[in-house]
Amino acid sequence: MLLRRFTFFLLAAWVATSPAWAALDADTLKLFATDEADDKIKAIQTLGKSQDPLAAKLLKALAEDNVYLLEGGKVVIIEGDKGVNAADGAALATIPESKDQVTINNRIRKELETAQAGGALTSTDRNARLAAVKDLAKNADASQLPALKAALATETDPQIKTLLEAAATTASLKSDNPTERIAAIEEMGRVGNATAKTALNALLEKDKAGNYAEKDESVRNAATLALKLIQARLSRVEIVGNLFYGISLGSVLLLAALGLAITFGLMGIINMAHGELLMIGAYATYVVQGLFKQYAPGAFDWYVVAALPVAFASAALVGMALERTVIRWLYGRPLETLLCTWGISLMLMQAVRSIFGAQNVEVANPAWLSGGVTVLGGLVLPYSRIAIIFFSLAVVFFVWMILTRTRLGLFVRAVTQNRRMADCVGVPTSRVDTLTFGLGSGIAGLGGVALSQIGNVGPDLGQAYIVDSFMVVVLGGVGQLAGTVIAAFGLGEFNKLLEPYAGAVLAKIAVLVFIIIFIQKRPQGLFALKGRAAEA
Amino acid sequence: MFTTTLFPKQTWALILSVAGVLAVLPVLHLVFAPGHALHISSYTIALLGKFMCFALAALALDLIWGYTGILSLGHGLFFALGGYSMGMYLMRSIGKDGVYQSHLPDFMVFLDWKEYPWYWSFTEHFWFACLLVVVVPGLLAYVFGFFAFRSRIKGVYFSIITQAMTFAFMLLFFRNDTGFGGNNGFTDFKRILGFTITAPETKATLYLITLGFLLGGLVLCQAVVKSKLGRVLTAIRDSESRLMFVGYNPLGFKLFVWTLSAVICGIAGALYVPQVGIINPSEMSPAASIEMVIWVAVGGRGSLLGPILGAGVVNVLKSWFTSSFPEYWLYALGMIFILVTIYLPQGILGLIEKLRARNAAPVVTKEVAA
Repeated sequence: MLLRRFTFFLLAAWVATSPAWAALDADTLKLFATDEADDKIKAIQTLGKSQDPLAAKLLKALAEDNVYLLEGGKVVIIEGDKGVNAADGAALATIPESKDQVTINNRIRKELETAQAGGALTSTDRNARLAAVKDLAKNADASQLPALKAALATETDPQIKTLLEAAATTASLKSDNPTERIAAIEEMGRVGNATAKTALNALLEKDKAGNYAEKDESVRNAATLALKLIQARLSRVEIVGNLFYGISLGSVLLLAALGLAITFGLMGIINMAHGELLMIGAYATYVVQGLFKQYAPGAFDWYVVAALPVAFASAALVGMALERTVIRWLYGRPLETLLCTWGISLMLMQAVRSIFGAQNVEVANPAWLSGGVTVLGGLVLPYSRIAIIFFSLAVVFFVWMILTRTRLGLFVRAVTQNRRMADCVGVPTSRVDTLTFGLGSGIAGLGGVALSQIGNVGPDLGQAYIVDSFMVVVLGGVGQLAGTVIAAFGLGEFNKLLEPYAGAVLAKIAVLVFIIIFIQKRPQGLFALKGRAAEA
Repeated sequence: MFTTTLFPKQTWALILSVAGVLAVLPVLHLVFAPGHALHISSYTIALLGKFMCFALAALALDLIWGYTGILSLGHGLFFALGGYSMGMYLMRSIGKDGVYQSHLPDFMVFLDWKEYPWYWSFTEHFWFACLLVVVVPGLLAYVFGFFAFRSRIKGVYFSIITQAMTFAFMLLFFRNDTGFGGNNGFTDFKRILGFTITAPETKATLYLITLGFLLGGLVLCQAVVKSKLGRVLTAIRDSESRLMFVGYNPLGFKLFVWTLSAVICGIAGALYVPQVGIINPSEMSPAASIEMVIWVAVGGRGSLLGPILGAGVVNVLKSWFTSSFPEYWLYALGMIFILVTIYLPQGILGLIEKLRARNAAPVVTKEVAA
């Protein structure tokens, strides 16, 4: 019995003493007893700087309106039917009847939030630190500067460190010392982002009486200069962003148009159903995704890789079937081919609607394609788009290898150059036609896999790309892979660089006008075939 | 007489008798009460009126495709521009009867616009709207055609560029800021030239006017293709480079027929809008234009009666399918595209000719034998 009591006593003593800070300072707590908001704020600020978990607990309770004053000035935290003494964390035996709630107004609440964040800066939990510093970066003031500097000295995480620096700058901006303010402004000018821009603009604003928010003129001048620097950097980021999205759009156009460059460029077939072959590729991805979900949820992340051959094969099979049954009869009649393949595209779309429904289906990004990399402080480049850029180049390489390094490629080029001579020397021209068309269609299927990762997958998917991909092929010139690549990226960039000034629709119209003017100069596209081949 | 040289006598008889029957229908609609054996429903009148507009558009398309060999996939744009020009007048004659009781159309009130944009000026006058119906599609076609034909863009390249053109305009008209009602376009018309637009008499009159324009268009197109100009057009279709070697510059001829075709198509659109009561950017979608092409292909290009027949046949099929089994209309339309291009390159009229020739052939051999 005695032993148990003794153990209990030891335990209680350990609990009370184990952190270096035995209890909260009584003088600080006393400040809560006054009705003055300023006193309460002072107390809160003191608590915020404290490393004591009890202080953090008290601040949290304050924010939740759970702090009460007992008679005699004792500060307690009461949650439901449990009460603890705020000063030492000891549980209360009973909850007294007569108690006053420590009320806080909005001004105090704001201080409270900042103080809480200040305390959390040194937390061992990374997420807590991150949340705290994000909060502080917005409304830190000069009094928190020491806490921020202390946190900066020990912080190792680069993301938090950057944010801490930003918060420290924000805090110094509110300092009473003009030199410190100027230093902060200059720091903002070097690294600041859009948030810093807003803060600086606020300094330069005039109130109703015509006085600047910032009294000191030299500080204002520094702010104006810093604003210019930030503006310049922001527009650089924007340009980089536009360039990236232009390349990304270019890669998408390239994937959409590459198959067309083969069927139209090499074979002269206007395949209006090309967009629907893209759609078939996208739906093949959807089906593969469904199979993985059902049978191999563990390997779900790799379904996209598995979808590539499936999409290629299904689009190629559909393409070869079309060539065998329909397109074969229309060689040499391009306008009829155009109408006929349009009819095919209508039927394919309706077939997909009948099978999968008219609504868009959901194709999820695998984990390794979601998210993105942040560059230049704020510009997010999605992994899926980066992957598609590389994928499109890989597909171009794949096509180039087939056309120049395989027997099929040799036959394709032979038939393109002179069908009758190729026939005479024993090239099975009609089978080559089928295979070439299958290759072009299969590549459209690959494009469909890529499109499924960045856009909606629905029966109308192909319609959105058909006009654009024909533009690419027309601009690039017939029968030239290099032309297609350059035209795709060129159109993508042109479109995205115009968009900020003209808006998406006008940019599209401008592109069209540009193509019409371009064709005036070079009717055969960027890379025209010369000599006899041009006449064929 | 000039008119008798245009068509053979039999064809004249056919045209006039069909036109006579079509002209009597609205009279029957007005004179006999519903329920009477000879009454023609207002649905039929509306449908036939619509089909005649389509037929006029198909006629215009045949002029450029069937006779000159230039396939346009952008005639829906000219049709819609004509429709929008007329629609502007119709919107303004709604007056203050709109939902918001403003002198502005509802969509402008919705956008919080205080006055009409400049390109709406004078559209309250009917004559000015009629002028726009001709000028807007005509001017666009002229400028576009000038640049396209000058750099000798032809064949599929031209088709694709026209398709891109109508696509771009569709995107433009979809925007609310463009000032043409965005997505919804123009609708809820109340009156035309002071007449209530939904009244049976107004509908019947519009129907008869459309019939008149269709007949006029047919005669005009026939006059064009029968003239020397028409022979040059056919020569452009058959072998443009040979024509150039002979010493012709095809630019002017192509430009003329292309602009004429666009204007006729615009008029068809202007007649379409008051009868159907709506015009929106979907008329400019590439699919709408290419559907016009299939009317011509089904009927038989290179003859002027073919597109009229084709527009009728395809649209009757469409009305029947979309009301009876809407799921299958696109399959049917797709099949029409495929079958016509592979098996019926000269359309229904071509098939009739062929059958007639086959029936006539044994007679000829007999005569030779005898």
